[in-house]
Amino acid sequence: MTCTEFLALLDDLIDGTVTADTRAELDLHLRGCEHCEVTLNTTRKTIEIYRSHEIYDLPAGLRDRLHAAIMKRCKKGC
Amino acid sequence: MATIQPIAGELEPHPDVALVEKARGGDVSAYDTLVRKYERQIFRIAQHITQNREDAEDVMQDAFLKAYEKLEQFQGNSKFYTWLVRIAVNESLMRLRKRRTGKMISIDEDVETEEGSVPRDLADWAPDPEQNYSRTELAAILRKTIQGLPPGFRIVFVLRDVEGLSTEETAQTLGLSVPAVKSRLLRARLQLRERLSRYFRRRKAAKK
Repeated sequence: MTCTEFLALLDDLIDGTVTADTRAELDLHLRGCEHCEVTLNTTRKTIEIYRSHEIYDLPAGLRDRLHAAIMKRCKKGC
Repeated sequence: MATIQPIAGELEPHPDVALVEKARGGDVSAYDTLVRKYERQIFRIAQHITQNREDAEDVMQDAFLKAYEKLEQFQGNSKFYTWLVRIAVNESLMRLRKRRTGKMISIDEDVETEEGSVPRDLADWAPDPEQNYSRTELAAILRKTIQGLPPGFRIVFVLRDVEGLSTEETAQTLGLSVPAVKSRLLRARLQLRERLSRYFRRRKAAKK
């Protein structure tokens, strides 16, 4: 397996959607290729960091304004 | 002949289904529960698309109000959350079009870039690189980095990787093909990785 072939399957590997056979081939490539190992690990970390950190906080008061707007509609409609 | 696998009936109903039913019947507190459950996600999505705080606030309000008014139209064959996300994405795009009159929004336009095709920056990262920054610094780095992605890549990454939609749901929401979503996702992930390397790479000499 070449690095380009590895890269084409990177997302499937990260998302866990590869077959056992493909997984074994990918693992074999990883054992001999530091370049792809770093790419895999740091790409996984990239996703994890974006998933676990709130980068846009909900503005204060927005929830209350929305609630009030919904209540207003409700009085009219239900 | 292709066989269609039954979807409904065999799986546990999603808890949102009961809340939507109650809200349809006039129970506002049930709808409030749905709002609280998804308000952060909807606000984030709106902020990622519009890149403007005021617009994102308006989009969040409009999306939840529109969903409330259209509850009768919600079919229940999709998840409430993905239905809501679709409304929020459409509201965000409309808001962008209003703001940038005459300018087309390139969310469905593919961007050809060299970046992201083959990783160039091979530097490994420190073990827990985010610990080198305060929460505020880290948030600023992550915002700046993702804002630099082409809009069509950014929204695919946000929906698929941050907000948890499947590849198929992301494709449906954005009106893209599944291969287009996959291709953008790979490039988005690799571009973000490469840009974050600037901050997270392992430092040669650690000072103690």
